[in-house]
Amino acid sequence: MATITDPPKGAFRLSMLINDTRYRSLTFQFIALFLLIALFAYLGSNLVANLRAAGLNISYEFLGEPAGYDINQTLIEYDSQSSHWRAAVAGVLNTLLVAFLACLTATILGTIAGVLRLSNNWLVRKLMAIYVEAFRNVPVLIWIIIIFTIMTAVLPAPRAFRGDEPEASMLFGAFAFTNRGVYTPLPIFGPGSSVVIAVFIASIVGVFAYRRYATKLLYDTGRLLPMGWPSLAILFVPTLLIYFILGRPIGLEYPELRGFNFSGGIQIRGSLIALWFALAIYTGAFIAENVRAGIQAISKGQTEAAASLGLRPGRIMNLVILPQALRVIIPPLISNYLNITKNSSLAIAVGYMDITGTLGGITLNQTGRAIETILLLMLFYLVISLGISALMNVYNNAVKLKER
Amino acid sequence: MKKSVFLGTLTVAGIAAGVAGAATLDDVKARGTLNCGVTTGLVGFAAPNANGEWEGFDVAVCRAVAAAVLGDASAVEFVPTTGKTRFTALASGEIDMLARNTTWTFSRDVDLKFEFTGINYYDGQGFMIPRELGVSSALELAGATVCIQTGTTTELNLADFFRSNNMEYEPVPIETNAEAQQQYLAGACDVYTTDASGLAATRATFEDPGAHVILPEIISKEPLGPLVRHGDNDWGDIVRWTLNALIAAEEYGITSANIGELTAGTDNPEINRILGTEGNLGEMLGLDAEWAVRAISANGNYGEIFAKNIGESTPIGLARGLNAQWTDGGLLYSPPFR
Repeated sequence: MATITDPPKGAFRLSMLINDTRYRSLTFQFIALFLLIALFAYLGSNLVANLRAAGLNISYEFLGEPAGYDINQTLIEYDSQSSHWRAAVAGVLNTLLVAFLACLTATILGTIAGVLRLSNNWLVRKLMAIYVEAFRNVPVLIWIIIIFTIMTAVLPAPRAFRGDEPEASMLFGAFAFTNRGVYTPLPIFGPGSSVVIAVFIASIVGVFAYRRYATKLLYDTGRLLPMGWPSLAILFVPTLLIYFILGRPIGLEYPELRGFNFSGGIQIRGSLIALWFALAIYTGAFIAENVRAGIQAISKGQTEAAASLGLRPGRIMNLVILPQALRVIIPPLISNYLNITKNSSLAIAVGYMDITGTLGGITLNQTGRAIETILLLMLFYLVISLGISALMNVYNNAVKLKER
Repeated sequence: MKKSVFLGTLTVAGIAAGVAGAATLDDVKARGTLNCGVTTGLVGFAAPNANGEWEGFDVAVCRAVAAAVLGDASAVEFVPTTGKTRFTALASGEIDMLARNTTWTFSRDVDLKFEFTGINYYDGQGFMIPRELGVSSALELAGATVCIQTGTTTELNLADFFRSNNMEYEPVPIETNAEAQQQYLAGACDVYTTDASGLAATRATFEDPGAHVILPEIISKEPLGPLVRHGDNDWGDIVRWTLNALIAAEEYGITSANIGELTAGTDNPEINRILGTEGNLGEMLGLDAEWAVRAISANGNYGEIFAKNIGESTPIGLARGLNAQWTDGGLLYSPPFR
């Protein structure tokens, strides 16, 4: 007797939508989707109706009007006559700048702290544990304010540098640490400097080429070429030679106390430093834990096997453990980068003009377009975050375990 | 802060319809308290005293309105707002009125859909700088680092002032007056700019107020006044005429001391109309006849409020100047009560 595997092919009846398991899940999904759409439609129409009742309208025309306010740190040309849109872009660039700096620093800090937390040295291990616990468990806003307050309270004001016997003096005559920020020399590119830069870039390519050649030689013949000093030599010697042959085309502009402030050189503002460091050390603590988790996920047998092959501890870490640990470390690292970017919106606490400060702050206030600016703000953060995710996923795919 | 803006926006979206139709007066009466937006703390204008009670020049306006409407000057819920959150708080209905050194401008009145109910302080933007820097004019400020409260008209005035005088400057945006004070005293900025009254109030709290000068230039007109939302004219009228009652009371010599005997009836019909012994002005407002009596009794008339909170006998020490009665050469001029 044959068992019936297929249900009888009858005509489709409406009750099958509920009773037939083939259609039931679809039916409920469709109902859920419909309800969701209805909910959003209701919220949307409610918003539109209420805005109309209040005499407000959704319009982005204000983006083209002059902003009227100044921004202290801008990476693009901007003055108070530029449009609100340009102010928003200047804000986005400031957000990206601090996010990039903080991500970089947090990664370095976190990796070092994470590796050192597993150190055999009791003192180092405990110190790193204290770092992680102290910074991870205090809100980042508090850290931002602490660092900023320490900077403004401890460092001298620019006017302390004035006079015949100033209370404060510049480091090496080139760096000024003030409570308004750090002033460093600015490189001035004279004629011929492009040649020097071209040579330097060529040297970087050269270093990679040398390292590739050395690896190939190692695999082919087993000969181990020295890595450290030839890389350094390739990197610097040609550039320095060209630099002096061309008669030092790249000069330095030193910061100088003029009027109320230092002028000339590069000013790294206190607000940027506070935000950057606070985000870096705070998120660094989280990354340290990721790194530790990643390393501990690699079984001890790997270390022992590598050691039995005669590898030194440093090489075991670099060649055996870390490459495998990375696939565990990268995914949570992405979310830490996203956290840095989003936490940078706390910038206004120290007066750093990021996108929340310009578009979501002054522009919102001066135009009163709360809904429009907040929507635009959300869109900006969404795009930035998705962009970071996409980039990091490309990297993750490159380092993850390749299964064939 | 960011959260409050965002929540405010959501509330705007959610509550706007309720706001447009409903009468604020009925809401306030039903609630039994007046929600009044004030600064987060500016001594003399609005700040909690040692007992935690709010007091100040702007606070007195809130109390007068509460006294007129609810009969109890202490039935006020004070909502501290920053320069950035104040308009969202008002638009969303979180507060019934805003009395927070807010400058009456065209775009705030017309575009942001608010209704300014009068001017309780004629102000202008000034600069404060440490005396040791030896600056005597705002035109010598080229290259200076300037602390400003963000989200105010001052940052726009500042940009205009430096641009029109072809001077460079470095703005340091700051969220509240307290933070600005800290930055300024640490020397992180050379100059602090805000309304001249605010500068005087801030300077009064310094350890050594004499070490700081307020520069003579006043770079803008800053008429400060209480405001309400567009669309509820009855409520706007109540706030407007409460303020006018305080101003007119000074003009006609009605003080908190003599108001008791004046309510018995006087020869001056205008005073009688204000105090409700003649005519039915209170009824027209939707209040009872003694509304103005209570408003004036709460903190005294405009002159008394000024003298008590920011006048020359207080640490803030502001002269009446433009804020004197029109009969004394000032700008205060209440329309007639009739």
